[in-house]
Amino acid sequence: MPTWLLRQKYLIDFTLSSLLRRRAKNLGLLLVYTLIVFVLGSVMLFTHALRQEAAAVLEGAPEIVLQRLVAGRHDLLPASHLERIGSVRGVQKKEGRLWGYFYDPATRANYTLMVPHDRTIAGGEVVIGAGIARTRGLARGDFYTLRGQDGQPQTLRVADVLGSGSELVSSDLMLVSEDFFRRFFGIAPGLYTDVALTVRNPNEVRKIAEKLTLLLPDTRPILREEILRTYDAVFAWREGIVYVLLVGAVLAFVVFAWDKASGLSAEERREIGILKAIGWETGDVIRMKFWEGALVSLTAFLVGYLAAYVHVYYSDAALFEPVLKGWAVLYPRFQLLPTIDGLQVATLFFFTVFPYTVATIVPIWRAAITDPDAVMR
Amino acid sequence: MIELREVRKAFNQGRTNEFWAIRGVSLTLEDNRVTVLKGPSGSGKTTLLSMIGCLSRPTEGRILLEGRALSGLPERFLTEVRRRTFGFIFQQFNLIKGLSVLENVMLPAYPIGRPRGALETEASELLERFALGEKARYRVEWLSGGEAQRTAICRALINGPRILVADEPTANLDTRLSRDFMSIVRDLRAVGKTVLLSSHDPEVYDSPFVDRVVQMRDGRVTDC
Repeated sequence: MPTWLLRQKYLIDFTLSSLLRRRAKNLGLLLVYTLIVFVLGSVMLFTHALRQEAAAVLEGAPEIVLQRLVAGRHDLLPASHLERIGSVRGVQKKEGRLWGYFYDPATRANYTLMVPHDRTIAGGEVVIGAGIARTRGLARGDFYTLRGQDGQPQTLRVADVLGSGSELVSSDLMLVSEDFFRRFFGIAPGLYTDVALTVRNPNEVRKIAEKLTLLLPDTRPILREEILRTYDAVFAWREGIVYVLLVGAVLAFVVFAWDKASGLSAEERREIGILKAIGWETGDVIRMKFWEGALVSLTAFLVGYLAAYVHVYYSDAALFEPVLKGWAVLYPRFQLLPTIDGLQVATLFFFTVFPYTVATIVPIWRAAITDPDAVMR
Repeated sequence: MIELREVRKAFNQGRTNEFWAIRGVSLTLEDNRVTVLKGPSGSGKTTLLSMIGCLSRPTEGRILLEGRALSGLPERFLTEVRRRTFGFIFQQFNLIKGLSVLENVMLPAYPIGRPRGALETEASELLERFALGEKARYRVEWLSGGEAQRTAICRALINGPRILVADEPTANLDTRLSRDFMSIVRDLRAVGKTVLLSSHDPEVYDSPFVDRVVQMRDGRVTDC
């Protein structure tokens, strides 16, 4: 083994034994440090995973959704609009959609009722999301009664429960037939909630939206990229709220770590003097302390980040779920797809490992440049 | 051979509490001899030893080792000379608590980067030679005064230095252990080492194994 490598090995060995000798101090520091990395890492991983999830879900969404506005509020859209859209070039497919909300007083939750385009639902049947099934204790074949807009109860048989794979978007979903939907909400034939448009060339989305605004001045186009941006902003905002809440804890840690890392005890100063007197260079002492800081911070970073990973992807981020997922009554249960953002890891690494290592080195440098003859006196 | 030319050392120079610990010492110390710096507390023995051992630099004057001036060397080279040429035995032994006897002995060799196997073998042999073989894995705080000093001697010898510097080596030892220590000094001289001691203990400066006594007082050599 090259001499340089052997020297580093000896320094690391000595550092490890130094850490073990001051076990109580270092374990306490490691624990608090790990906890901070865990909390920050959890928030980062979770919001990133949610953004990814939202992006993945929206990937199959239409490029443009067209809504009609009356007095600045969303209103039903007549079928005649659909025909006029047909004349716009570049629109590959157009679909009038029917969806709406239903408040269930029993569970005090809002459900989303929708008429699907990709499957047919029989008149007296309903397909429900996993969240509704869980809350109402429903399974396939059960009957479910809702009170319609005319005050009359309507009974539906549960034909199916949507899989948990799509729970992020389908937890509160009820898929019903068009007839039932119109009867339930009192919506006349020929009226739709909105229109979903598929565009042939993604580069033309903005141009088509402009044309639609001119063609149908009482409508507003909502682009998929805008929805994605909104999701991003919502998650970033929530992430920010959590960070603000954590500022106190992080500051407390900074003070604690600075004190622990930069404050050299008399024993440590004596040791540095001895090491220099017996032939260690200032550089050796600084390197040894560098390894000490690096080992503590790297261990804390790795353990904290790993714990955050397990927390987010294997225990559904139980600690932050209420803040970061939202305020819905029906919390969706879903398995986030494990993803790691390199930039986020680098940011967390830079703001945790780097300051600590510097905090350990500066005072050591001051102690290490003093003459070693102090141990003689 | 170590040569001191008009060496002076000040502490807190330029301040109101400036103090000259060494006030012009010129001395030649021969190889393979046991030399004792003798004098009362505050006479400058330790300060002089620390300058000879490259632990500090003189404020004025020159120190030469084999004709080579040490006082002007940069810190890195001075450390290298200290590591290769001198072995130190301190009054308080200065062993690192929490580490084993063996680890303490090997410490000065870590920056050199010698292979671990060879280093451990050499350290173990040294410990055997000083009757500490069985205690190699003990933590140093469990050792008696005599054992701690012998551990410090092993540590001083691990890099094979030519010169051993011991500051008040018997200050914390009883008469029997002090005599044991002087026997070790005799053996070290017998294997070609130069030994420099500072002491005001008669067991040391009256010992038959001492070749030369340098009397010091108030930072000056009064008799050599």
